Amino acid sequence: MNNIDLKKARAVTGAEAVANAMRQIEPHVVAAYPITPQTPIVEYFAKFVSDGVVRTEMIPVESEHSAMSAVVGAAATGARAMTATSANGLALMHEVVYIAASSRLPIVMPVVNRALSGPINIHCDHSDAMAERDSGWVQFYAESNQEAYDLTILSLKLAEDESVRLPVMVSLDGFILSHGVEPVEFLPDEVVKEFIGEPKMIYPLLDTEHPVTYGPLDLYDYYFEHKRQQVEAMENAKKVFPKVAEEFYKVSGRKYDFVEPYKLDDAEYVMVALGSTNSTIKYVVDWMREEGFKVGALKVWMFRPFPKAQIQKYLNGRKGVVVLDRSASFGAEAPLYEAVKSALYNVAIRPQMGSYVYGLGGRDILPEHIRKAFEDALSGNLIADEQRYLGLRE
Amino acid sequence: MPVNLFGLAKTFENRAEDIGLVQGHRLCPGCAAPIVVKFSLMVARKLGYEPVVGLATGCLEVSTTIYPYTAWTVPYIHNAFENSAATMSGVETAARALKKFGVLPKDKKYAFFVFAGDGGTYDIGLQSLSGMIERGHKVIYILYDNEGYMNTGNQRSGSTPTGSNTTTAPVGKVIPGKVQLKKNIVEIVAGHEYVYAATVSISDPNDFFSKIEKSLNFDGPSFIAAFSPCVRFWRIPDGAANSISKLAVETKYWPLYEVENGVYRVTRKPRQFKPLIEFLKPQGRFKPLLSRPDADEIVQRLQEYVDRRWERLLTLEEATKGKPIR
Amino acid sequence: MLKSWKEIPIGGVVDEPGKSREYKTGTWRVLRPVLHLDKCVHCMFCWLYCPDMAIVIDSSGQKPKMIGFNYNYCKGCGLCADVCPTNAIEMRPETEFAEE
Repeated sequence: MNNIDLKKARAVTGAEAVANAMRQIEPHVVAAYPITPQTPIVEYFAKFVSDGVVRTEMIPVESEHSAMSAVVGAAATGARAMTATSANGLALMHEVVYIAASSRLPIVMPVVNRALSGPINIHCDHSDAMAERDSGWVQFYAESNQEAYDLTILSLKLAEDESVRLPVMVSLDGFILSHGVEPVEFLPDEVVKEFIGEPKMIYPLLDTEHPVTYGPLDLYDYYFEHKRQQVEAMENAKKVFPKVAEEFYKVSGRKYDFVEPYKLDDAEYVMVALGSTNSTIKYVVDWMREEGFKVGALKVWMFRPFPKAQIQKYLNGRKGVVVLDRSASFGAEAPLYEAVKSALYNVAIRPQMGSYVYGLGGRDILPEHIRKAFEDALSGNLIADEQRYLGLRE
Repeated sequence: MPVNLFGLAKTFENRAEDIGLVQGHRLCPGCAAPIVVKFSLMVARKLGYEPVVGLATGCLEVSTTIYPYTAWTVPYIHNAFENSAATMSGVETAARALKKFGVLPKDKKYAFFVFAGDGGTYDIGLQSLSGMIERGHKVIYILYDNEGYMNTGNQRSGSTPTGSNTTTAPVGKVIPGKVQLKKNIVEIVAGHEYVYAATVSISDPNDFFSKIEKSLNFDGPSFIAAFSPCVRFWRIPDGAANSISKLAVETKYWPLYEVENGVYRVTRKPRQFKPLIEFLKPQGRFKPLLSRPDADEIVQRLQEYVDRRWERLLTLEEATKGKPIR
Repeated sequence: MLKSWKEIPIGGVVDEPGKSREYKTGTWRVLRPVLHLDKCVHCMFCWLYCPDMAIVIDSSGQKPKMIGFNYNYCKGCGLCADVCPTNAIEMRPETEFAEE
C-alpha cells in the first residue's frame, strides 16, 4: 500500500476522488447516466462543467446504452471520451462495451461496483464488472480512494498507448469506496496534464481528408484476424503497463503493479482478493502475524489482462492459497479463483487451494471471516474443488 | 438559389466519390435506400457541407461496408442497431468539443447524418432517437422506411402497414396479416417540439432537396422520413421504386409535409387523389390480403383511415399557421 | 489474397474510401439497359435515380448530357428505364450480349 502524506491529503469520497481525476484529465466529451452508487461521480463532474472548471462537453444521455454509444462515437473522432457506471447500467451497456473494445477506442470508465439484479440490490459486489471480463477491456480494481484516483489517471495513458488502444475499466467498490471518506493526495493539475499529454489520434473520424469507415460488416474472412489483434493488444498492455506505472511513480511517488504483495516474503499461506477487501485482509494478516502465523496477502490490481506470470511468481511453493471472490460464477468456479487456480497449473510446487465467495449484495466481510478462511488453510483444510462462503447463513 | 437537378449533375457528373456513396455496394438491384442517401448527401455537399454519416445496423449498413470494402467516401461510423442516434450524438458533441479545444478549425462545416431503417427507428432505436432530439444535437436523422425488417428477410416492424404480408405477421386463414396501424413516427418526433421533422419521397426530388436544405439550416435536430420501397419484399419489379413512391404520395398513403417548431405545412397538395387500392394492388406484399374474401372491407377501412389522416393534417396546418412553439 | 492480422488496420477500420469499386456488381445483371440516343432528352432523371451511380454523363457543355451506362456496376434494375420520360432506355436480356 502506498503511503499517503496526511498533511497533503484531503478527506474525500471515492466518487469525489474519481470526479477530480476526470476534471484533471478534462476529457473532450463525457456522456453519462446516473445510477446508484456511481451517481456522485456524475454529479461532481456535471458541476465542474456547469461552473466552467472544465471545457468538457457533457451529454446527459437517456440511458447507459446511449452513454457508451455516444462515448464510442466521440472516441472514434479521436476525442477523449469518458463515462462511468454501475451494475445494471454496465449490463445495459454490455453490447456496446464489446464494440468499444473491438473498435480499439481508448475509453476510460470508472465502474462503481454494485451487485447485478436480480433481485435488485444497490450494494457492492463484483458481479457487474465480472460480467464484462471477456469484453476486451483492461480491468483494474482499486483498494482505496487514492488508488481509484491514481488508476483513473494512469489508465488513460495505458489506454492511449499506440500498441494498446484498448478501453479500461477502473473498478471501485460501491459505497465502501464511492461514498466512504478517505484521505487522498491529489496531484497538481499541471502534473496530470503533462503526464497524460495530448491524445494521439488514430483514424480520427472527423478527418474529412482521410475518410475512414468504422464498424464494417466483418464476416468469416477477417473477424478472426481482428479478434487476434485484440488478443495481441492485451499482451501489449502487459508490456506497457510497467512503463506507465514507472512514469506515474516518478510524478506521484506512488507505485503500481499488476499485483501487490503484502508480507509475502516468508508467508506460507496467502490470501488473494480484489478491491477494498484487501484492507481488511491486511488487517487480519497483521493480527495473525502478531500471533506468529506466517500469513500474507496478494492483491490483484489488474484483472484483465490477467497477470499470470506475477501470480505464478508470488504463489509458487506456498503451502496454501485462499482466493476470495466477491461474485459467483453459477455452475463454475468463482472468477478470480478460477483464474488463479489455472495460473498455478504450471508452477513447480502447487499450493493447496481454497475458494471463498463473500460479500454478495453488499454483505459485510468481517476480520473474523477472513481469519476463518486463513485458519482453514493453516489446518490443511482446503479442498480445491469446493466453494465455501464467508458471512453466509447456512 | 435552390438546389436543382442540372446543377447537381454538373457538380457531381460521374464522380460518386464526391457525393459520398460509390459504386460496388451490394444492395439489391433497384433498392431505394442508396437513392435516399444520394439525394441527401448531394444537397449537403452542394451547399458546402462535409457530411459525416452514422448508420444503424440494416440493409444499407451491411451492403455498403462488407470488410475490407466500403462504398463510402465520407467519414462513416456504424456502432450497433439501436444506437445510431446516440452514436452520432457523441460524434456531433465531439466535433463541438474539438473545436472548442482548438483541435479542429472553428469554421469547419460538418453535416452529421444518421441513416437508419424503420426497425432501427420506430422500434429498437426509438429511445436513442428521442434522446438525441430532446438534447438538441444538430444531427439530421434520415429514416429510410422500407416498412419492415428487410435485412433479416421481411419481418413485421412498428412501421409495417396494416395487412402487409410479413414472415412474423403472415396473412393466414384466421389473421389477415398485420392488424395494427403503422406508427406515425413523424408525430412522435414532432412531439419533441424543438425539431424539424418532415416526410419525403424520392418521387419528388425538389421537395426532398428543399427539406434536406431546411434541415441543414435548422439550428437543431432534424428528422426526415424517406419512403423507401424494398423491391424484394414488397414484391414489386426491380425498377419500380420510384413509381410505387409516386403512388404512395398520390393515394395519401405517404403525405408530404413538414413540422417545424410545431408548425405544420403540407408541402404537396395534389388536386386529385387516386384510390388507395392503386397503391396496394401492384405490390405482392398485399396480394394475400387482397385475395381474402373480406379484402374489400379491409381496404375500405384503410381508405377511410388515410382520408381522415389527410383531413387531420390539413386541420393541423390551419391550426398551427404562424404559431411556432418557440 | 487475404491478409494476416498483422497487415490490417486495428479496430476493423477501413481506411480505403470507396474500395467497394473493386467489386464489380455488373456481374449480377440479368437485364441490360440500352440507350436510344435519338429519343433521349438528357433530362438527367436516370442519372439522378440510378441506385448504383452507373449512369455516365458528360457535363462539359452548357447542359449535362447522357452518354451511357457503366456496365461494371449496373445491376440491371431498370429504374432508369422506368423514370425515363421518353422511353429512351430499353431493358434487354443480358444473354443477347453474351458474345461481347
